[in-house]
Amino acid sequence: MIRTELLNKKFKIGKGKPPIHAVQDLSLRVNEGEVFGFLGPNGAGKTTTVRMLASLIGPTSGRAFIGDLQIGKDDRQIRREVGILTETPGMYERLSAEKNLTIFAELYDVPDVPKQVEKYLSMLGLWGRRFDEVGSFSKGMRQKLAIARALLHEPKVLFLDEPTSGLDPEAAKLVRDFIEELKAEGRTIFICTHNLDEADRLCDRIGIFKSRLITVDTPENLRKQLFGRKVVFHLRALDPAWLVLVRGLDFVQDVQTVDNRLVIALAEPETQNPQIVRALVQAGADIQFVGELRHSLEDIYLQTIQADQA
Amino acid sequence: MKHIRTIIAKEWAEVFKNRLVFFTIVFLPLIFTALPLIMLSVTKSSVPEGSGSSEVPQMFAAACGSMSANDCVQAFMLNQFLLFFMMMPLIIPTTIAAYSIVGEKTTRSLEPLLATPITTEELLIGKAAAASLPAIVVGWASFIVFILLIPVTGASKAVQLYVLTPTWLMGVFVVGPLMAIAAVNLAIFISSRVNDPRTAEQISMVLLVPILAIMFGQIAGKLVIDIQLMLIFIAALIAADIGLVFLGVKMFQRETILTRWK
Repeated sequence: MIRTELLNKKFKIGKGKPPIHAVQDLSLRVNEGEVFGFLGPNGAGKTTTVRMLASLIGPTSGRAFIGDLQIGKDDRQIRREVGILTETPGMYERLSAEKNLTIFAELYDVPDVPKQVEKYLSMLGLWGRRFDEVGSFSKGMRQKLAIARALLHEPKVLFLDEPTSGLDPEAAKLVRDFIEELKAEGRTIFICTHNLDEADRLCDRIGIFKSRLITVDTPENLRKQLFGRKVVFHLRALDPAWLVLVRGLDFVQDVQTVDNRLVIALAEPETQNPQIVRALVQAGADIQFVGELRHSLEDIYLQTIQADQA
Repeated sequence: MKHIRTIIAKEWAEVFKNRLVFFTIVFLPLIFTALPLIMLSVTKSSVPEGSGSSEVPQMFAAACGSMSANDCVQAFMLNQFLLFFMMMPLIIPTTIAAYSIVGEKTTRSLEPLLATPITTEELLIGKAAAASLPAIVVGWASFIVFILLIPVTGASKAVQLYVLTPTWLMGVFVVGPLMAIAAVNLAIFISSRVNDPRTAEQISMVLLVPILAIMFGQIAGKLVIDIQLMLIFIAALIAADIGLVFLGVKMFQRETILTRWK
């Protein structure tokens, strides 16, 4: 659905100064119906990438497509096909919520403007406040209104730039739940976020980006690639002999101890765990719990960024 | 065309909720229309019959022709107020454009607007029309009201006819719209560089300088607003408009707005 081929964006910053290379050779493919998380530090070029993909600014070189439409050639049509939630909601503060959406529905050439405005104001719980000036809205309400605005024309592709940034946990959850609903509808969603927990929960795949794409895969595969799979055995007490015993098993990649726990690196825990349990029980160990050690997306992100810097 | 209409409606809905803009549009024309009428009422017999036109600069007196001395004085003073009618289409769009563009800039609402299928031309025309149309309409309407009320002041027929000369008509109906175009484009250019609508408004008022120069030049007896000067002024304004429209269009490109308007 979204495809980029060696996409580049440079910004001139003044005479005699080298241009800023905001996006370097980005080649990426986001499938239809996929939720793709685009992660990276501040100033990494995420917003620039989104702006290019939403046909707001042109690339310096390379090509990008939304479906069959090419950025730079079919810009107007692309803007009809995509919805964008910009980094700041950017609403007309003196106008009502209804008026704000009506303006954008007209600009998107929505066929039945009042119906569509009502649909999204109701979906996002803002129908009761439709006549109120947006200036009187809370941050969360503005964000919801901005999401409604991005959806008025029923875009197949949605770009969400920091959708829950600055929201309180309740408002953030509302927005996340709504994104889940959009995902269930089969829309292609491209999310830029700093909220790694959110990306972990929502995204089918993530790309870690810092001017160039460092890595891209499912969160699960990235965990495996970076940290392998580790299983934690919680024991009532730890006998050093059991450590030797486990190390002796030929499929065990690594063993570490933390208090009364054995942290064992395995290639296939599903088939190898029972063998370890049997061996330990036979040796007299009392196993209280067994669980897979799950690295957070934050661990993956930090590891990737640090490795890239190194 | 539909998109342009939407932009105009949006601009008016938003900008007219701003009290300062609203007052500029309502009170400025009222004051600028009332002042020459008050002047005509007050000066209807200020110069005794047969005393000559010594009250006005010699250059202007020569242009009075067969007018009475009092009519000549009134015509001379009216000429200063003609400049008010030329200023109106400059001040109003400057205020609207400054608040509209800087407002969008500070609330970051231009980006979502640019993300819609609207073309840059539609957006620029919509914004320019939203700022200049009220000014032009208000300017023309004020002038028509002014003409209709002149007889009430007791001014002579000669004075009444004086404001219907080509000089005045060109000043109101040609210079006015040209001034509005210049004002909007200058406001766009300046608004792209500043973050406070009042600053944009004040800097844009630089366009008043040539009008004030003419006013002071006339009072000092150095020049007279006649058809020749008006044509020179129109030619200069057309040239300025072309330059300012070029500058405005250049500043109002998507990429420039998103990446350079800070």
